[in-house]
Amino acid sequence: MSALVVVDHHDGAPRASALELLTAARALGAPHAVWFGDDAASAAAVLAEFGAVAVHTVAVPSREAGLPPAVASALARLADEVGATTVLLASTFENKEVAARLALTLDAGLVVDASGVELVDGRVETTQQAFAATWTLRGAVLRERAVVTLKSNAVRAVPVDAPVEPELRDHGAATAPDDRVQVVERTARPSSGRPDVGEAQVVVVGGRGTGGDFDVVLDLADALGGAVGATRDATDEGWIEHEAMVGQTGASISPRLYVGVGVSGAVHHRGGMQASGTIVAVNNDPDAPIFEIADFGVVGDLFEVVPQAAAEIRRLKG
Amino acid sequence: MRIVVCVKHVPDIQSERGFVDGRVDRSQGDGTLNELDENAVEAALALVEEHGGDVTVLTVGPADADDAVRRALQMGAGHAVRVTDDAIAGSDAFGTALVLAAAVRTLAADEPVDLVITGMAALDGLMSVVPSLLAAHLDLPQATLAAELTVRDGVVRVRRELDHVTEVLETRLPALVSVTDQANDPRYPSFAGIMAARKAQVTVWSLADLDLDPAAVGAAGARTQVLEAAPRPVRDDRVLITDTGDAGLRLAAFLEENGLLA
Repeated sequence: MSALVVVDHHDGAPRASALELLTAARALGAPHAVWFGDDAASAAAVLAEFGAVAVHTVAVPSREAGLPPAVASALARLADEVGATTVLLASTFENKEVAARLALTLDAGLVVDASGVELVDGRVETTQQAFAATWTLRGAVLRERAVVTLKSNAVRAVPVDAPVEPELRDHGAATAPDDRVQVVERTARPSSGRPDVGEAQVVVVGGRGTGGDFDVVLDLADALGGAVGATRDATDEGWIEHEAMVGQTGASISPRLYVGVGVSGAVHHRGGMQASGTIVAVNNDPDAPIFEIADFGVVGDLFEVVPQAAAEIRRLKG
Repeated sequence: MRIVVCVKHVPDIQSERGFVDGRVDRSQGDGTLNELDENAVEAALALVEEHGGDVTVLTVGPADADDAVRRALQMGAGHAVRVTDDAIAGSDAFGTALVLAAAVRTLAADEPVDLVITGMAALDGLMSVVPSLLAAHLDLPQATLAAELTVRDGVVRVRRELDHVTEVLETRLPALVSVTDQANDPRYPSFAGIMAARKAQVTVWSLADLDLDPAAVGAAGARTQVLEAAPRPVRDDRVLITDTGDAGLRLAAFLEENGLLA
């Protein structure tokens, strides 16, 4: 039995989520990594370290919009070729579109935003959070094949004891994308140099309470080596780029540590962060809803508390 | 321009939401138009105001789903269709997309549909896969997650912000577009809109009207099954302190004690 793992990558290196997917895939069958693009060879070693027995390369044109259907049909072909019963992808908006079309083609069951996936009596079962992580669901896939998108940080990436030399297979180009859709502009946004909010282990989020002064938020994030996030309020105000938005319509995150700075904890925001491991909040309003879900809450002036915490964290970390 | 907007009736996000027998509990009676679908309705109304045409709002569900289409009618949609059938209960995203696609096809049989617009997600399931499934069934080009949407000379132009990149896409009508909550600020219904919606008829179709096999939808056709749904246990080890000058130090100590500085 085998499982396909779609490797999201950046600058020639797999994203952290890909290694988590490979780790999860090992419980489902022999993991076959799928790399859309070129330069897979340089990443083969690290993919093998996390369990890949094969690395499949599929070339895709880089400036095409109608890509989800093309990627989905390439994956469907590969799944048939290697006899994969499960296909795993990281939970991003683009991957969900691919997953939907792929499941349709394969007549597979589809689970998105799973926090766990396993094989129980030969059947794929998943764990998911619902309603802003106030509920936990266990579900079973009722089809022979399953397509599952897994949330970032839901599974800890663990290397295998004895990696095998992975088989490298080049599959040429994917079928032509849907040429009815054209990209007329594509602008890469500059990287902040900090970890991505979607996959960071630590995320510090600034909200309305910062009044637009994000320096304390950035400083705490840097002290913790974490990513910077923001509430809808803060991005709407233009205090920070939209990409940083954490919530139901932005990044849905589940880091080991979430720190809310001046975040009230509106339900839209909680929907994107309540699955976090440990939740810390600093807010001057003792009635802020974020305190209902915070493991450690501080009622106080964030401009006093947060710099003091950042300095102490730097001291403790040496 | 003829636009169909697909909307969903969901439990109010501010209410106590839960599951009964593995399905979303819809017995609380506080269902509402999925907030993110208001952006889809608004986008459609704005396009029709600019280019002429009309907006049909389409939903799938039992009678109380009329609350959702009613809101869209109040905002200014001209027509409403609800597909309902006992066999639809328990549908997953695939079943829902199949029903929506059949309904769009039935609408298009009378008069061509130029544009199908959806919200970016339903705030109950949050899967965001129905737009793609619908585009696949209808064989329409898709431009999803529009933060900006314009139509000129039969060409749809969409700006979308993905991870690390901003894209502008173009595709010719007919097409399917999903819009985000960045796309616009949905209007509040006017008094005239509320009065007009009171008189408006919601057209109700069954699966037979759409020529759909009941076995393909509902619980019978579902590809996944909820085995167990449990509310998250209430935690009683939470710490809440008020700053008296050393809260930052105590916060740092908490992180260290819990191994979060490693």
